[in-house]
Amino acid sequence: MEFFRYKSALNFMGKSKIAIAISITLMLASYAILATKGFNYGIDFAGGTIVQVKYDKAAPIDTMREKLKGNKLFDNASITEFGSPNEVVIRMKTSTGSVSKDVGDVTRQALKGTGNFEIRRVDMVGPKVGNELREKGLMSMFLAIAGILIYVAFRFEWRFAVASIVALIHDVSIASGFVALFGIDVNLDVLAALLTLLGYSLNDTIIVFDRIREGIVTSKKTTSLQEIINESITRTLSRTTLTSLTTFFVIFTLFMFGGEIIHPFAFTMLIGIVIGTYSSIFVASPILLWFGFDVKKYHEKLAEKAKREAEKNRMREQFESGVM
Amino acid sequence: MKLNYRIVIFALALVFGIVFSVPSLLQTQDGKKITLGLDLQGGLHMLLGVKTEEAIKSRIKSIAASIRHYADRNDILIDNLNFDDGSVSFEVLDSDDTEKFNTFLSKIEGAKVEKNGNVFSLSFAPKEVQKIKKQAISQAIETIRNRLDQFGLSEPLVARQGKDKILVELAGIKTPQEEQRARELISRAAKLELMAVDEDRNARVYNMSQADAAEYGDVILPDAKNPQIKYLVHEIPILDGGMLTGANVGFDKNNRPVIDFKLNAEGADIFGDFTGKNVGKRLAIVLDGKVFSAPNINERIGGGAGQISGNYTVLEAKDLAIALRSGALLAPIYLMEKRSVGPSLGADSIKASMVALFGGFALVIIFMVVYYRMAGVIANIALIANLFLLLAIMSLFGATLTLPGMAGIVLTVGMAVDANVIISERIRELIYEGKSMHKAIEEGYANAMSAILDANITTLIAAIVLYVYGTGAIKGFAITMSIGILASMLTAILGTHGIYDMLEDKIKKSKDYKFWFGIKG
Repeated sequence: MEFFRYKSALNFMGKSKIAIAISITLMLASYAILATKGFNYGIDFAGGTIVQVKYDKAAPIDTMREKLKGNKLFDNASITEFGSPNEVVIRMKTSTGSVSKDVGDVTRQALKGTGNFEIRRVDMVGPKVGNELREKGLMSMFLAIAGILIYVAFRFEWRFAVASIVALIHDVSIASGFVALFGIDVNLDVLAALLTLLGYSLNDTIIVFDRIREGIVTSKKTTSLQEIINESITRTLSRTTLTSLTTFFVIFTLFMFGGEIIHPFAFTMLIGIVIGTYSSIFVASPILLWFGFDVKKYHEKLAEKAKREAEKNRMREQFESGVM
Repeated sequence: MKLNYRIVIFALALVFGIVFSVPSLLQTQDGKKITLGLDLQGGLHMLLGVKTEEAIKSRIKSIAASIRHYADRNDILIDNLNFDDGSVSFEVLDSDDTEKFNTFLSKIEGAKVEKNGNVFSLSFAPKEVQKIKKQAISQAIETIRNRLDQFGLSEPLVARQGKDKILVELAGIKTPQEEQRARELISRAAKLELMAVDEDRNARVYNMSQADAAEYGDVILPDAKNPQIKYLVHEIPILDGGMLTGANVGFDKNNRPVIDFKLNAEGADIFGDFTGKNVGKRLAIVLDGKVFSAPNINERIGGGAGQISGNYTVLEAKDLAIALRSGALLAPIYLMEKRSVGPSLGADSIKASMVALFGGFALVIIFMVVYYRMAGVIANIALIANLFLLLAIMSLFGATLTLPGMAGIVLTVGMAVDANVIISERIRELIYEGKSMHKAIEEGYANAMSAILDANITTLIAAIVLYVYGTGAIKGFAITMSIGILASMLTAILGTHGIYDMLEDKIKKSKDYKFWFGIKG
């Protein structure tokens, strides 16, 4: 079986204007959503308490609300269905510092008489920890980007590095926009998904860049960078889509069957894989083109380097044979 | 069939993977196994803070108690013995006695003593304050660990996190009642104090405020059973739980559980002295700020044994005895973060993620075979080896598998075949260029290598950052993904190459591109 068979290079760069227009629109829309609606921060970052309750039949949400009313701890608490009608999550912005008195016990007392239920999970994050986790989260994002930038600059060239970072920021921005748009609870797992996306999306970009680098070295001096890029993207197209597809498969099964708790992670990954695949084809490479990577100069540089190398070798040989 | 070094290494890795993942997969008795995270097996995770300033206070208080005792013992008259959050002061009435106190106070570690005439005041240097705070944290960790070790759960984890936080992880908690017990045991100050009732003023206790009491150096404490009953006691205790050597559950004459405690030699001395001098007065046995009993002193009590009675169940008495034995918390602790997962939710999570794992795995395996035929089969062998290797390495290190960790394994399944996709695509290209299948394989591996390495290393960078900055369950994700990537380098690159090498003779003879790589050629 074969989806793409290479015949001739497809003109991706010719369509880059349309792609960039789409990307910029999506990014601006994402920033607008992030600025107005914002992230729906979960308790990991905002602090607060979550109590997950499972009934043996459909959860009587209205009765529960009635019962919880009046208790200060449950001020502004929200009750929402979690995965199935039997299961609900109570979300509170409050947290308690007492070790011996527990929100779970208080909830159990308060919900007495609403039916047969079991408290399956109590998560509480105090404000201090929330702040710390947020700082650490931002720090990790920054460090991951910096680390990748350094590596790519070291392995390729600074223009490749900058182009891949722009693509990364593009991916993370749009994925974040979707996360905010759908009101996904942003907890540590979503942050982990975004960080994984950094690595994953770069993965795709690097495969394309690797081909471009190879293309530059092996191409004739007269070939334009645009042609090399088109050729490289076309040649890697099959791999890019296939790998994205297998990863998409597994994350999709995780999303469908992995349970409610893993949903935010799987959702973020799903969006990210689609965006990441798109960006490695339509975003990273055009930027490289715009930076005006000069193929001719690169060849001259390569030639220069080879000459120096040869010179050095010659000197060494002379030295070793005792001429000097 | 041809043996080559690649296939040998791959076979060894596969055997290694199978052998060491068996204990985890079959849950055998022996062998190193993967531990399930609290989110999968159910349990309690808590991050505790320590109110270290309280440690300074209690240190000051105990110094005040020892000053009072020293004065009593040596018949030195002192007055105005006062203390606040950070210092203690008193006046020696006879200036001839100041020299004795000078030597006594100089023995107190880290104290800064100032003398103004006959008035002594004592406080701590900032360095000592830091030291006390640090000790309070170490002591809290030690105490909580001691208590939990006696609680009866297997392998409770108590560790310092960061500079001043305590991480407590308890696996295998089955019921809310058990969790409640554990939390109470951890957080109980278990501060035992023996205090003298101020008999001169106790009659007026119901008309006094705490401020009134403070003027006499007293404090008002409630009764443990009936908080309406109040006692007026001297704020500086006769002695405290630091001098305890043992605490055990016993039974009183009505066969109700009580706690018998025993004091060390120094404590027994002080106790004997005090009871001898205060016959007819009452002694309050105070635990965590509540009076449990206040018996009359009928005679001098030597031997240093005492009893705490309350309306306990046997279990409560047992937990209290554990807490007393393990020592008091010098400083109270408070909850900064708590995550508790019931065992049923953990089991559900395992089930759900297993379905996702096998579902995703099946999809990838089928897809690879349909798309690449034999090359797909070879990639799948590598993928299976990869999973075994991943489990084996995690088992050997005793790594913890969390729910995000499961997601990491699922993701590894999707990404590990990437290397084989890259290689197979390269090989197909080379075949189209007219290379022989054998040559295409050799060159395909060589051409694909740099891309695979770069791609894996960048993903590793992200995973390492996650590991360093992630907390708890997220670390599990970083671990499985990192191991998965590293293992895939061995299986997907070296292993598959080895299989091709082994089949070299057959490949050289064959012209069936469809069978080997799923293309017409």
